Amino acid sequence: MSAKVYIPRDAAALSVGADAVAKAFAAQIASRHLDATIVRNGSRGMFWLEPLVEVETPRGRVAYGSVSADAVAGLLDAGLLEGKPHALCLGLTEEIPFLKNQERLTFARCGITDPLSLSDYMSHGGYRGLEKALGMTPQAIVEQVANSGLRGRGGAGFPTGIKWRTVLNTAADQKYIVCNADEGDSGTYADRMIMEGDPFVLIEGMTIAGLAVGATSGFIYLRSEYPHAFRQLQRAIRIAYDKGYLGANVAGSGKRFDLDVRMGAGAYICGEETSLLESLEGKRGQIRFKPPLPAIKGLFGQPTVVNNVISLATVPIILDKGAQHYRDFGMGKSRGTLTIQLAGNIKHGGLVEKAFGLTLREAIYDFGGGTASGRALRAVQVGGPLGAYFPKSLLDTPLDYEAFAERKGMLGHGGIVVFDDTVDLAHQARFAMEFCAVESCGKCTPCRVGSTRGVEVIDKIIANQDRAQNLELLGGLCEVLTDGSLCALGGLIPFPVQSAIRHFPEDFDKPAPPPPTNGARKSQESQSWR
Amino acid sequence: MPGALLPILHALQDEFGYVDKAAVPLIADALNLSHAEVHGVISFYHDFRHTPPGRHVLKMCRAEACQSMGCESTIRHVQDRLGVKLGETTEDRSFTVEPVYCLGNCALSPAVMLDGKLYGRVSSEVADFLIDSAQRHG
Repeated sequence: MSAKVYIPRDAAALSVGADAVAKAFAAQIASRHLDATIVRNGSRGMFWLEPLVEVETPRGRVAYGSVSADAVAGLLDAGLLEGKPHALCLGLTEEIPFLKNQERLTFARCGITDPLSLSDYMSHGGYRGLEKALGMTPQAIVEQVANSGLRGRGGAGFPTGIKWRTVLNTAADQKYIVCNADEGDSGTYADRMIMEGDPFVLIEGMTIAGLAVGATSGFIYLRSEYPHAFRQLQRAIRIAYDKGYLGANVAGSGKRFDLDVRMGAGAYICGEETSLLESLEGKRGQIRFKPPLPAIKGLFGQPTVVNNVISLATVPIILDKGAQHYRDFGMGKSRGTLTIQLAGNIKHGGLVEKAFGLTLREAIYDFGGGTASGRALRAVQVGGPLGAYFPKSLLDTPLDYEAFAERKGMLGHGGIVVFDDTVDLAHQARFAMEFCAVESCGKCTPCRVGSTRGVEVIDKIIANQDRAQNLELLGGLCEVLTDGSLCALGGLIPFPVQSAIRHFPEDFDKPAPPPPTNGARKSQESQSWR
Repeated sequence: MPGALLPILHALQDEFGYVDKAAVPLIADALNLSHAEVHGVISFYHDFRHTPPGRHVLKMCRAEACQSMGCESTIRHVQDRLGVKLGETTEDRSFTVEPVYCLGNCALSPAVMLDGKLYGRVSSEVADFLIDSAQRHG
């Protein structure tokens, strides 16, 4: 039997040389006349081991990492095709503790299958959820999702089933399913991974959503920073059309579902659902007033389900295994699994899918192995650029929506960015305001003007100009932003700013830095780049 | 096609590297929009350029995860080496260097994207290597 060698084509794996490794394997296989084929899978999510090469053996898959192109000849000499030992050999993939200790539901197939092979998808449980859904009434599908306890994984944590029920109960000739794939939060990449590593699961989830609420058309709104995922989705959608899983007659059911992927254009705000809809309609991505909710008046004024990638990609397994199965994972009001993304200054960065309730400390140390630099951890930002900075003393916080809210933080999309003791939280607070100024859509005054004033006030605090008064002023400004902004960008930007001041006051109490010697640095920092 | 404006602008920029002012009235006419509406959309989004970029476009992430791994020092190094600030094009038009806020490669920070290709763990040395090889290929 021909040996199977797996080399990921995930963008992160490519970013550290996976294509060169695949090329080297292909050349060696040809020149040595070996009976082996290369499968370009998704990533297992253990990014510090990328490029991670696996080979199928009777014992299971054996992993080697990180593999460079130079190492390929030596690996084949050592007997990689039979899974034999080598300095880079990591043993059975499934036994690597980082992977073994996870509970992968949404990511069950990611890294295992060929992402563009529909038969691989089907033989690993794919389209079983759709098959069940086709035998159910729309109401029953919606209730199944509601009973699973699934909450929006984009960050807000709104119950998915309630959103769907609203769209189902709103009469209209045309309804839409919109997938929010504008994964803009720093420290997050779960959406990208699943779109590249198992795109059919998203297509299946959106198709089920369409059946549930009576929508015949769907759009994936993808950020332009993900060109690789864009091509992968386009290919997968074409295959799904060719094989009759999209189009006028989904899986022979006589029901229609069309799907298209649209690219954003580098605006963080378009991750906010109403701005996203404006952008899909071809307009400036400015947010809309709510109400009306998108579920009642969304894309092109029609009832629209807007869900995050992970929420939609979780729907197939809920339909397949039942609401109870999914609900049995998790804690409190946070049911099911969370896709934690370990990022930044972390030794073992990668994706951890685990039931809600793991603590930050367990995620960072048991899975992540501590900082990459080897220095002491000082701060952790969870939930993207709008999330709070937590000090070490809050590391025992469980990863759960409510537990984070209680500590004035936000779980968001599950990204955890680790900083070592070289971080300056006053600088981070300034960056948060600067980011808000760059990305504000400009619709409401607190966010549009407040963010720029925020940068100026923090600059004065850092420069030790009337520090006490300016800290008070910043507090007031944050209050205005929280209470007066129309959407989460302005409303939440005080989270990182105020948490930095609350937990790291010493960083706001340093002597003023010396004025820059040449103008270059300063003008770089205060310039509005865009 | 409903909501055709963004796909049209992307197609133009893919082909020419930027969206020329001369295209605005043509697009406006085709989509039955005002010139102001089309201009408003082009200027709203960070992606769309009004002028041609350099032969190579280097997007450097400066979001939090990359900051935690020292992206600011890589960015300073590249700026010094090429003699440009973020958002500018070198005089010989070989490079445009742009800031970007997250490339989704946060476990392999710092990340950059060179001519649409993603790279991870980009220290100043790696950035030099990328710039050198791009220059060799013109």
